[in-house]
Parts: sequence; C-alpha cells; structure tokens
Amino acid sequence: MNRIEDYKSLLEMQKELVHVMDIRKAKIGDTEYKELLICGGTGCMSSQSKKLLENLTNEIEKNGLSDKVRASITGCFGFCEKGPIVKVFPEDVFYVNVKPEDAAEIVKSHLMDGYRVERLLYEEPTLKKKVNTQHEMEFYKKQERIALRNCGLINPELIEEYIANRGYEAIGKCITEMKPEKVIHEVKLSGLRGRGGGGFPTGLKWEYASKNKSDVKYIVCNADEGDPGAFMDRSILEGDPHSIIEAMMIAGYSIGAQKGFVYIRAEYPLAIKRLKTALKQAMEAGLLGDNIMGTNFCFDIEIKYGAGAFVCGEETALIHSIEGGRGEPTTKPPFPAESGLWGKPTVVNNVETLANVPAILTNGASWFNKRGSDTSKGTKVFALAGKINNVGLVEVPMGITLREIIYDIGGGIKDGKGFKAVQTGGPSGGCITSENLDVKIDYESLYGIGSMMGSGGMIVIDDDNCIVDIAKFYLQFTVEESCGKCTPCRVGNKRLYEMLTAITEGKSTVEDLETMRKLAETIKLTALCGLGQTAPNPVLSTLNYFYDEYLAHVEQKICPAGVCQALLRYFITPEKCIGCTRCSKACPVNAISGKVKEVHVIDQDICIKCGACFDVCPVSAITKG
Amino acid sequence: MQAVELNQELFDELERYIDSIETKETALIEVLHQAQNLFGYLPMEVQLFIGEKLNVPASKIYGVVSFYSYFTTKPKGKNVINVCTGTACFVRNAESIVKEFEKRLSIKTGETTSNGMFTIDCLRCVGACGLAPVVMVNDEVYGKVKVEDIPKIIAKYSE
Repeated sequence: MNRIEDYKSLLEMQKELVHVMDIRKAKIGDTEYKELLICGGTGCMSSQSKKLLENLTNEIEKNGLSDKVRASITGCFGFCEKGPIVKVFPEDVFYVNVKPEDAAEIVKSHLMDGYRVERLLYEEPTLKKKVNTQHEMEFYKKQERIALRNCGLINPELIEEYIANRGYEAIGKCITEMKPEKVIHEVKLSGLRGRGGGGFPTGLKWEYASKNKSDVKYIVCNADEGDPGAFMDRSILEGDPHSIIEAMMIAGYSIGAQKGFVYIRAEYPLAIKRLKTALKQAMEAGLLGDNIMGTNFCFDIEIKYGAGAFVCGEETALIHSIEGGRGEPTTKPPFPAESGLWGKPTVVNNVETLANVPAILTNGASWFNKRGSDTSKGTKVFALAGKINNVGLVEVPMGITLREIIYDIGGGIKDGKGFKAVQTGGPSGGCITSENLDVKIDYESLYGIGSMMGSGGMIVIDDDNCIVDIAKFYLQFTVEESCGKCTPCRVGNKRLYEMLTAITEGKSTVEDLETMRKLAETIKLTALCGLGQTAPNPVLSTLNYFYDEYLAHVEQKICPAGVCQALLRYFITPEKCIGCTRCSKACPVNAISGKVKEVHVIDQDICIKCGACFDVCPVSAITKG
Repeated sequence: MQAVELNQELFDELERYIDSIETKETALIEVLHQAQNLFGYLPMEVQLFIGEKLNVPASKIYGVVSFYSYFTTKPKGKNVINVCTGTACFVRNAESIVKEFEKRLSIKTGETTSNGMFTIDCLRCVGACGLAPVVMVNDEVYGKVKVEDIPKIIAKYSE
C-alpha cells in the first residue's frame, strides 16, 4: 500500500475503496457478485472456521466462480453459541454451525443454483421457524453496534477495508482541522465513560493529562482483559485492530503524547497477531511514525505483554508491569494523568472505550450521546454467557433492561430451566435477581442494586447453581489474584473465602453470616485498590438477595441447588426401588443395605456422597438434595 | 530449585535476543516471556543468567516470576491440558471436568505425570465462552466437553 501523504489523499483513497462496503451494507441489492464472510474470532476458529474458509475457497475456485465470489475472514459476529458463522452478501443470509464439510453444499446450492441451504439457517427457538436474513434475527434486533461496528463487516487483516469504512478519517480530521482542545471537548460532550470498569469520563481523563505540562507523555491501551467470562476486548482487537490504533493516535494528539503502549494478555495469541499485522500496515501507510499525513504529529505504538495478573487491570498496577516490575498498585493520587508511566503524564484507556472514539469523532458527539441514559451515553458490549441459550457478544444501548438482554436477545434460559440470577461486573460485581430485571441498566443503576457495570461480563445462573458456591468461586479468584500488598485484601479476603468454604461444608452458624458481612464491609472500606475494595461484592450482594439460601446451608445444613457435595444427601424412594441391588454393589463404603427385590436404604452416617449409586440406579429411584 | 542440565544453544539464543533489545531497563517481562518460550519454564539457572545480562538482582527477577501466573519455574509435561475455569465454564460444570482429568491421570492440577506425558493446569477464560466448558490441550481447543469425552481426549495424546 502506498504512503498516505495527507488527509485529502486518505479521503480519495476511501472513495476508491468504498465499493467494498456497498455490497456489505446492502446498498447494492441485485448483483452477480457475492461475498462470503467467515468468522475468524477465537471462538469460531476453535470450531474449525479456518478449515471451513479453506474448503470454501477451494470450492469457489473448483467451480470457476473466482471472479464472481470472494470468501474471507472477518471479526466476531457475536453469535458465538452457533459458530462458526458464514454470512453471504448482499443477501444478508446468516448460516450457523457451519462445518468444513458444508462448504461444497453452500457453493453448489446457494451460489450456483440460487437456493439457500435451509438446514444451516438459524432457527428462531420461539417461533420454531428458520430465519432467512441476519436482520430478522431476534438476537440482533435490539443491538446497536458502535464499538463492534467493523466486527463481522470487514476483514481485520486488510487496512484497505478499514479505510473503506471511514477508517483513519477521524484522526485525519483531528490533526488537520481540529485543535487538541476541540477534540477533547468533543469527547467530553459525547459523554463517553470508561468501559473497563470504573466508568470515569474519558474526555475528562484526557483533559487532566493534557493540562499537565511535560515533554513526554504516554497513551496506554489496557487490553489485559482479566475478568473471566468477558471477551469483548479480545474480539475487538481480533476483529478491528485498526480502530484501536486510530483511537490511541487521537488520544495521543489531544494530550500531546507521541508514544503509545498496548498492554495485552499473552494468552490472546490471535489478537496479538492481528494487532501486529495492523501496526505493520499502518506503519507502511505512514499512518504511524513521523509527520503523519503531512502534519507535525508523530506517534508510534509498542506492544507489551501481560503475564496473567488480574490486578494489572488496575491502571497503576498495569503501569508498574509495563515498567518491567511486579504489577502491584499504588495509591492515587498521584493519578497517572499526572504521574504515570516512568513518572510522565499517562492516559490509560480500555480497548472498548477506545473503539468508540473514532466513531464519535467521525459522526459527532451529538450522534453518539443521543442514545443511552442520562448519565451513561452510547452503547455497551456485554459478554453474555452461562446458562443462557444465545451465548455471545452483544452491544446494546445503555438504558436497556436486563430482561431485554436475557430474554429477547439471549433467548432465555438454557433447557427451559428457571432463572435464578445474573452476575454482572465479574469478580468485582454482584448478583442481580429477577425482581430487578426491569431496571434500566447504566453505571449508576447497576451500582444502586449492588452490582456494577465492570467490563461487561454477564453470567446467567439457573436453579442448578448454588449461590454460595458462586460467591466462593469469585472469592477464590480474587484470593488467587490478590497481589498481597495490603492486609485487608491479602488476609481479609482469604478469611472470607474460608468462611464461605465452611458454609458449603455445613460447618457454620447463623452468627458466622453476620461476622462475614462485617468483614466484607470492612474490606470494602480499607483495601488499597479497586481489586480489594470490590472483592467482597459477590458476597455482599448474594447475602442480600439470597439470604435464605445461606440460611439453608447454615441452619438446615442443606444445599437447595444440590451442588455442595458435603451437604448432599442421597435417598432411595421406596416406591420406585425394585431391589435390583446394583446400588449396594456400587457403593464403595457399604452404606446401602437391602435384600434382593426388597427396598434398599442408605445409611447417612456411612455415606460419603460419592454419587455412585445415583449413577447406576436403572429406575431413577435415588434422589439427591 | 534443582540444578538441571540445560541446553547451551538455548542460552545462546536467549543471549542474542537480550542483546537485540535497546531499552534493557524495562525489558524484564519481555525477556522472561522469550526465555519461557525457549526453555518451556524458568529454572533458577535461566533466571540468574537473565539477571546477569540485564544487570538486575536475582531477587527482583524471582519476585517478578513468582508474581505472574503465566510464568512457571517447573517443567511441564509433553502435553499440557488446560481446563478453562473462567466463570462461563464454571457455571457449566468445569469443576467436574478437572476432577475427571485428575482421576484419570492420578495427578493433581499443576502437577505432571511421572512419565512426563501430561500436565494438568487451569486457566481463566480462553474467550470461547460459547463453547463452555472448554479444554485446551496444547493449542487445540475442545468445546462443550463432557466427562465422558475425557478418556478419548487423553487417549489421543497418549501415543
């Protein structure tokens, strides 16, 4: 690709390339030319989407369609439950669960004979009907894609396609037509807030850093997505790496920084690869380096690898890690905007936050802030997972209700089970119950019901999950990830974890619940950084909303969900037992007695709750609870 | 840490890598990544070597190595079984998958079988939550894994 000498030539290039987008944005309906986009995100790649692309390309060639049909990869469509996804343009046909061996049929039937492959179309579970096009799917109807605008639309490995969809236009406009203050003003006006957890206004952060005088300043992109169960940052980097590069440049221009770092998890090999490719292309096009687009603005970006420490999502810890040390947080102030990386003013923004920035500057703040709630503007990407039908990435306007996300977009609870709770905000968040499903979600409202936005993980829990066990899971996570610097977190959270363990083992009393609540509140007030302060949230929110379930554990010593092994009891239903003796033979501790063809009985004092009898009973006479 | 025989060629390669870095003061984590790629783990000898080359005290290096979960000071087996225990996999019963691997291979998570064939590890989210529960063996991802699938997975890597 040729060097882009100035803003004008970028716009000219965009004009030449824009036809690529026309077919994908359904601006041309009737055309012989077709395009297939195959999801190339980590999820779909794990289900052989690479092989699928290979097969499709071979079939297209074999059938002499190469000049009329093109197949390439794209970023995550978000519908990960049904991957790999193949989308056909311009018809907007959306094939799901496509296997490599389906390639021949798609090419023969759809591309050559003009018939859709019915069996690969998505079936709407509520209507029991196949859906012909993507925009008719319930999963997409309420979604609005800004941060994910290019995922599923462009090939992330081609800078040309990014430019075709108005890529690098925003930075061009900024450095040639706007003063840095004007850029910051626009971002402030848009109401964009940090998407990584804190929700701090992005424009304000930039303004602080711009006002601090220094010859050297830094922009850091936080791509150390640590919340287990959230994968939006990874998907954006895999599906649209150029948007992050462009946004970092915009941030750099507005605060006066010339150097950026992307701090990325080493466990994200594909995202790293795509980002490296994008950086190389941007360099070659003269979009990174010195005198970008003929202006005085110079900027370059370096990749730094995380090494698996959740606490590095905290900005001061992240900075220490980039500096090559242990990723331990330090007290704020000083804020990084004042004294950050190597003591210089630094802005740390999360991937999803940055992904919004170019769109805001191309379309204007008022375009962005017309969606959302009073305090939270724009959209938010949620990683919907757990016991839900449509697991995937969804981007929705702020102010939507949880009910809409879980039932309309997510398709409801898996296997028709009962909804118990939804956990938002990852290890720092809390559980939300059915009574709050109609709360319009934004930063403040989620906080008000004892949870938080966090990075946007949304884990749906059903009746089969024990709430104490879930709280214990999160605590175990924060205990392992605690850096050990401050006592409330190092010792306090460990004690909390032990208390939860004791509850699941039936060794606690009602008084212990109060002690636990007090300890949790103390940690919240006294821990040094965000990790420690928010670690007790899963405990506090579940104590509030599921006190009865805790009580059942401590008073009656039962686990209503049947999860806590130590509290399980296995019973034989006399009416069902046929006396086949299989259970007593399977029991490793001889806890089951009974004669052939007579009802058997389990001795609870001997039973070790291994579940062997439960597994072998041919008539389901054994119940656990 | 035990003293071990390590390949001199790998040390040479690591040395070349370190020499190629311009800003050595802040390169520690990158160097450790590279060293672990080469050696598979970070034994004492490698840490001391890096310390000398970067002019960083060994105590600091050990501090950094032990801080990050990605770095390991123990050698791993030929096949590393990583069970995802992120939240999405957890609520879809990843625990039982871990237990089954432990039972079948008679080792605990974090340990390596005596014949050096398998190591069991847990990791936090590979980001394929749609496929939960997920198991990664080396670079291969297995989605929607059931307890019954485990003997097959182990058998595939046992030759």
